Amino acid sequence: MRNSLSTPYLPKINRIMLKFDHVSKRYPDAGDALLDVTFHLQRGEFAFLTGHSGAGKSTLLKLIAVMERCSRGQVLLDGQNLNTASDRQIPYIRRKLGLIFQDYKLLQDRTVFDNVALPLVVAGYSHFDIGRRVRAALDKVGLLGKEKKLPQTLSGGEQQRVGIARAVINKPPLILADEPTGNLDPELSSEIMKLFEDFQQVGVTVLIATHDIALVERMGHRVLQLDHGRLVAS
Amino acid sequence: MLQAYLDIHAQALFSSLGRLARAPVTSLMTVSVLSIAISLAAGFYLLVANIQQLTGGLEDSNQISLFLKDQVTDDAGVKLAEKIKTFVHVQDAKVITKNQGLAEFREYSGFGDALKALDKNPLPTVIQVMPEHSLEEGPQLDELFKNLTDLQEVDFAQLDMQWVKRLYSIMELADRGVTLLSFILALAVLFITGNTIRLELHNRRDEVIIAKLVGATNRFIQRPFLYTGFWLGFSSGILAWIAVTVMLFILQQPIDRLSGLYDGVFSMRYLSFGEMMSLVAISSLLGVAAAWAVLCYQLRLTKPE
Ligand SMILES: Nc1ncnc2c1ncn2[C@@H]1O[C@H](COP(=O)(O)OP(=O)(O)OP(=O)(O)O)[C@@H](O)[C@H]1O
Ligand SMILES: [Mg+2]
Repeated sequence: MRNSLSTPYLPKINRIMLKFDHVSKRYPDAGDALLDVTFHLQRGEFAFLTGHSGAGKSTLLKLIAVMERCSRGQVLLDGQNLNTASDRQIPYIRRKLGLIFQDYKLLQDRTVFDNVALPLVVAGYSHFDIGRRVRAALDKVGLLGKEKKLPQTLSGGEQQRVGIARAVINKPPLILADEPTGNLDPELSSEIMKLFEDFQQVGVTVLIATHDIALVERMGHRVLQLDHGRLVAS
Repeated sequence: MLQAYLDIHAQALFSSLGRLARAPVTSLMTVSVLSIAISLAAGFYLLVANIQQLTGGLEDSNQISLFLKDQVTDDAGVKLAEKIKTFVHVQDAKVITKNQGLAEFREYSGFGDALKALDKNPLPTVIQVMPEHSLEEGPQLDELFKNLTDLQEVDFAQLDMQWVKRLYSIMELADRGVTLLSFILALAVLFITGNTIRLELHNRRDEVIIAKLVGATNRFIQRPFLYTGFWLGFSSGILAWIAVTVMLFILQQPIDRLSGLYDGVFSMRYLSFGEMMSLVAISSLLGVAAAWAVLCYQLRLTKPE
């Protein structure tokens, strides 16, 4: 018999989405890319990651996506220690992330639809769900009606929005973008940033690495600043 | 969920086929090379199987042929045969007279006309001695053989079993040769398919990396490549079967003619349905195995960045 007086089961929700704890990353022949970096992001926070070229922004994002492993310290994603994650667990960790790249990383020989659908296909969703969700995501980024096009036939801004649709299609709790507006003009950049703010509105945590100081200042979110691998402002 | 799982498999199966069809020349060349290797193995297998079938009827013939001296008459031969029948360990003895021998020779050799040119029958009287079945080998048979050789009417004796034995050991050698050859050709198939898959993986490196970044498991990424391996092996197996069958078909007529001249003892053996299925199954399996081996090794190296 169940004891009705016992404390009810509550799913554990981590209020902290991402936590870096004294993290250093040393590349074999390039020295320290990150040195003793400590910070955390609350669920639903919006933060920029800035710093000069070579400061370690991309490296920091790669540690979160387990594209690299840190040399010292700990990275915790949604309470899970990424240091101890096995190769088998990596795909499931990445499904919690929406990754966006400066070079879009789209499949050039596949249609917009196929590109956006990829994370769902990979995760084994049914045809029906995939169609519905892809159209919803494309609608969100303003590309509805371009499903059948190939990426090459789209402008840079449109391709980046395909990348964003792909990143958010399986509703990840954390979006990581590495210079998502690096190749875009200021007006397009603002549009893309507004998209990210929309995702934050629905509770998604967003971390964006960028060079664009003007844009960062104008938007007024939290800023993590790296200098030669050290976190100098957070 | 099961439906989705099946969808993924069906999609991988057909998209890998589509990919092969989109590069028809390369695929065709690979499949041709593979099917040449496979049909070589199957061809040799059939060659040996056919020869084995031909020699299969010789199993029991451990008989001794006694060639009598030229001056011994047929009547004396018959008497001698009666005497030999009373020997221990002899089951039967049969006389082939000079004339019977000539008639048989004429019928089976095809040299009948040439023989007419001879004014005298050159063949000796022959007595075929059947030892008892238990007398397979060993000192008793040797003794019987010696006794028969020592008879004064006998010119020389021949133990037919010896050449049957020799033939059997040659066949055994051929059999083992086929196994060995098949093994080597299977290795060739493995390496060729493996290399094809490795190139394919290299060509689709970006795709693999992007799939990994959006959370694809190795299992998911492997799937289409395993199917590519399957298709390569499967189509090569089918093609090899067709090639072997066509080759036999071409040989059928001359062999029938030859067989007709020799009392129709030989009918050619094609691959049975079961053998064809095994051929296709083995080559498909080799394709998948090669792909799997390459993927296990290569996918660990293909990491984002
Ligand atoms: N794979 C690697 N192997 C060796 N060194 C590397 C590697 N990736 C980055 N580095 C080094 O680590 C340091 C930080 O690089 P990182 O790419 O993180 O900088 P970044 O802040 O993203 O720069 P940018 O703004 O130019 O993209 C650099 O000195 C770089 O040379
Ligand atoms: Mg960078």
